[in-house]
Amino acid sequence: MPNLDKWGISLNLSFIFFLLTGGSLTKLAYYSTVQHKVARVRSFDHSGKDIENEPLYEISVQEEITARLHFIKFENTYIETCLDFIKDHLVNTETKVIKATGGGAYKFKDLIEKKLGLKVDKEDVMTCLIKGCNFVLRNIPHEVFAYQKDSDTEFRFQTNHPNIFPYLLVNIGSGVSIVKVETEDKFEWIGGSSIGGGTFWGLGALLTKTKKFDELLQLASKGQHTNVDMLVKDVYGGAYQTLGLSGNLIASSFGKSTTADKDFSLEKQSSPKAHLMVVTGRLIPALLQFYRIDDTFFFFFSPHLRTIQLQCFILWQGEVQALFLRHEGYLGAIGAFLKGAEQDNPNQYSWGENYAGSSGLMSTSPDVYPMQRTRSGTFDMLEMDRLERPLVNLPLLKDPSTYIPDTVDLTDDAMARKYWLTCFEEALDGVAKRAAASQPDSIDALQRAEKFRQKYWNKLQTLRQQPFAYGTLTVRSLLDTREHCLNEFNFPDPYSKVKQKENGIALKCFQSVIESLDSLGWEERQFALVKGLLAGNVFDWGAKAVSDVLESEPQFGFEEAKSKLQGRGSSAAEGPPHKCALIFADNSGIDIILGVFPFVRELLSRGTEVILACNSGPALNDVTYSESLIVTERIAAMDPVIQSALREEKLLLVQTGSSSPCLDLSRLDKGLAVLVRERKTDLVIIEGMGRAIHTNYYAALKCESLKLAVIKNSWLADRLGGKIFSVIFKYEVPCK
Amino acid sequence: SPVLWGGGWSILSMASQMLGAPQHEVSQKGAFCSRTEESQPHLSKTDLTARISFFVFLFPWFGLDIGGTLVKLVYFEPKDITAEEEEEEVENLKSIRKYLTSNVAYGSTGIRDVHLELKDLTLCGRKGNLHFIRFPTHDMPAFIQMGSEKHFSSLHTTLCATGGGAYKFEQDFRTMGDLQLCKLDELDCLIKGVLYIDSVGFNGHSECYYFENPTDAERCQKLPFNLENPYPLLLVNIGSGVSILAVYSKENYKRVTGTSLGGGTFFGLCCLLTGCSTFEEALEMASHGDSTKVDKLVRDIYGGDYERFGLPGWAVASSFGNMMSKEKRESVSKEDLAKATLITITNNIGSIARMCALNENINRVVFVGNFLRINTISMRLLAYALDYWSKGQLKALFLEHEGYFGAVGALLELLDSA
Repeated sequence: MPNLDKWGISLNLSFIFFLLTGGSLTKLAYYSTVQHKVARVRSFDHSGKDIENEPLYEISVQEEITARLHFIKFENTYIETCLDFIKDHLVNTETKVIKATGGGAYKFKDLIEKKLGLKVDKEDVMTCLIKGCNFVLRNIPHEVFAYQKDSDTEFRFQTNHPNIFPYLLVNIGSGVSIVKVETEDKFEWIGGSSIGGGTFWGLGALLTKTKKFDELLQLASKGQHTNVDMLVKDVYGGAYQTLGLSGNLIASSFGKSTTADKDFSLEKQSSPKAHLMVVTGRLIPALLQFYRIDDTFFFFFSPHLRTIQLQCFILWQGEVQALFLRHEGYLGAIGAFLKGAEQDNPNQYSWGENYAGSSGLMSTSPDVYPMQRTRSGTFDMLEMDRLERPLVNLPLLKDPSTYIPDTVDLTDDAMARKYWLTCFEEALDGVAKRAAASQPDSIDALQRAEKFRQKYWNKLQTLRQQPFAYGTLTVRSLLDTREHCLNEFNFPDPYSKVKQKENGIALKCFQSVIESLDSLGWEERQFALVKGLLAGNVFDWGAKAVSDVLESEPQFGFEEAKSKLQGRGSSAAEGPPHKCALIFADNSGIDIILGVFPFVRELLSRGTEVILACNSGPALNDVTYSESLIVTERIAAMDPVIQSALREEKLLLVQTGSSSPCLDLSRLDKGLAVLVRERKTDLVIIEGMGRAIHTNYYAALKCESLKLAVIKNSWLADRLGGKIFSVIFKYEVPCK
Repeated sequence: SPVLWGGGWSILSMASQMLGAPQHEVSQKGAFCSRTEESQPHLSKTDLTARISFFVFLFPWFGLDIGGTLVKLVYFEPKDITAEEEEEEVENLKSIRKYLTSNVAYGSTGIRDVHLELKDLTLCGRKGNLHFIRFPTHDMPAFIQMGSEKHFSSLHTTLCATGGGAYKFEQDFRTMGDLQLCKLDELDCLIKGVLYIDSVGFNGHSECYYFENPTDAERCQKLPFNLENPYPLLLVNIGSGVSILAVYSKENYKRVTGTSLGGGTFFGLCCLLTGCSTFEEALEMASHGDSTKVDKLVRDIYGGDYERFGLPGWAVASSFGNMMSKEKRESVSKEDLAKATLITITNNIGSIARMCALNENINRVVFVGNFLRINTISMRLLAYALDYWSKGQLKALFLEHEGYFGAVGALLELLDSA
């Protein structure tokens, strides 16, 4: 299993779980603590030192241990290699038991017990499956999708409804089980069929020369089932239309393959296809009718049969909504893992998919499939990072069940997709260079940067062919994937030095900016504040157009930025003061210090409390929570308004819980949500392209909101009907 | 069971024998029947019944059901023909009657199910025997072609037909045979046929029966069932595909669902898997096979019963599931494969039927269709499965005339339509 090598020594296995399917695939779930590097900032002790020539704060790279869940699918033939791997990495010597489920638990029990010296403990497979299903539904935003056959976007991802119950789970393994799930612990088996994946495989192996499951699937995707199946139009001739029947409905599966029919000659490919059509059958609609589940989710998923089911269930799709899960194959393993970890309180944590370590959803296209599969026995992986804090909805969201963070769905919009993928490809060399440059003292920085470049490049190529591979493709998911890939190769914060320098420079200008603002009349000052806020936002290394300018004109300053700004925004500062404002900050340096802080100061002096929310972890040159603490401390030392606000807790600094340049208002740190509610927040300000344009542009809130950003991308400017460096200033008042 | 008769015969020769006699013009074109008295223009149904003896429906009386695989033909042979009538009867009518009633097989593929013949039936005031004949649908074009060559249209201007083929071949009947097909709804005919045959009985015996101790080879018994008060009823018609109807009264019924996995699937798959060429051959093979070598059972996976969901170890978990393994593929016989195919199709139908019965709150399930012909394995399995999975709530019933009800219904429609 070459894919396991990459974790090397940094991996500590403490809990392992096997899902052994009797057939050909083994799923391994394990929990590991991953040691990786994180950037930390720490204030210097400045007493008695020359502040002028010292950097603002100290940056250090530290080792941090985070929890990660790994799920791997591999062919059974690799099981010994896998066991060796586990043996080598099993550090927790207290582990006496290894959990296993599925039919194969019997088959490999002895081998596992012998190799690892652990007892195999069997878990009920369906219980695990359902637990796993609930888990992914709660924690992976674009888990569920519907399939549309003759549409540009075959896969339509659904936003997760806050209430997932009840639903029907149709599990197609070697056979079919149908389970009605009513609550976390309450479910019942309501039916099943013996005609499942095993039937497809078994029959396929008997009828064709192909004996391997995946090859059968491929063969089937090329075949014409109409050569073997008797369709309604074969029985009714051309007259079915007048009867309101669809001629393509199958009247009798394999009905044409009787050798009595002399005209029949079997194309070998057609048969598996026909068989897969058989697998779906009519049983499920009948069951649904019985249980009258029509307003609920209906999951129809299978560990291996995805491709073809997609094509067949449309036969009865009109009757129910069939939904699929992206991680169908892992549910049992996830559930069993959770069952084993039940002593932990799951409400303490949140989980997020790690795009760098997860392989995407496979395409139905047979041309892509084999390429993906040739690597090794491991062909599918999922990694979930544990966040030590629970994430919740922003309480001010108007309707959490319909909130979609992303503005443009790139799976849908082919033009936009092409543009953005190209854009990220073109920027990649620069990002890799910067990553390498950020660690000048590291010997292998260049190599790691190249590995990062290669990995992200491959992800982009996958997404070009399969935009749906990781759920709905958005600018946000592209950005997040890049961050995950950087982290994987130990570039936790490539912009740390840049941010440090810019924060230092900006702080030096703070007082003069405040002075010039204070000298203005009220109206002028409001305008200047907004303009400053927007001008500050020009300084964004994430935007290629800006980083080009910044690279070529290192002296590019705040005044130049102001003069580059096109158009003007109107002021929201009129009217009675707000009770409390929540501000989502964007970049470090000029943006936060000379743009946001003067604005915060103005709000404070108007009597409005301010919650300043910054990212928990680094992303591009965005200001992090820990940086914001230092910056604020330094500003407070210069500015009495900020100082007293901090002391009186009228200015509060919080973290968002995110490490993304974008913002998902449905996954925010619980502490932030609590504070927002306590302080009766009545104004939300979202700043920057990532947070206010790529995401949340259409987000509806219960209170007044201000979304502002400078368009630092000419294509996007074109799309929105403006010019580059145009200003977006969106002030929204909810209708009463 | 009826055997194939003669090698060189084809459906063509059957038709040419039928229609070989000289032609007689029939005057009332476009009518269903000819009246002996022309002066009875507006009759109510009661009048009609009262004066039924005044009418002679134009013979021959046929009902045709053209399915995906088989054409089912029922023919009423009048036994009360008076000397006077015989005198007037056109020659080819006589020859048709003689041909159909004196043979048990027609050509190489047509078969009369002699054992199903209903004797001394009174239909529309006429006494006679009802004959049941079938031939494969792929011989249909030849059948029509013959009809055209022999001017069948001169005998009979309208032919009542049901099944998908009534639509598919309508154009051919018209252009090639100058025959106007009267297309009838498949399900209407089916129900009509079932209710009628059940009401007249099977030559003094019960048409409807069930199995007691279906899994016990020694104690298994086929027992008559009284279907006098048939409603509500779940009717499962297993032809090439399967239709499931819920019948609440003579007029009130609905199609609940269906599946494409039916008799056609069994036969088609068996042909592919074993190289057999007839349904009978496939069934014969199946009767000698062992499906547990082919199927993966619950106990093969869980070592015993799967208690969490109450699944017994003997239940099939994955049909053909053992065929994933090379060794097992090499150790099974064609008979095992045929048996597994049969079990798979039957179980699937049984489980869909069970769900429908639960859904419609009906506890009598009647299985019909030609899939069940000479197929006691499937019937006994359906009987057992329905009883087991419903914990004794559901009863599987069967009818002697399995696949002919649609054709019977078509014949009844013909007589009713006057």
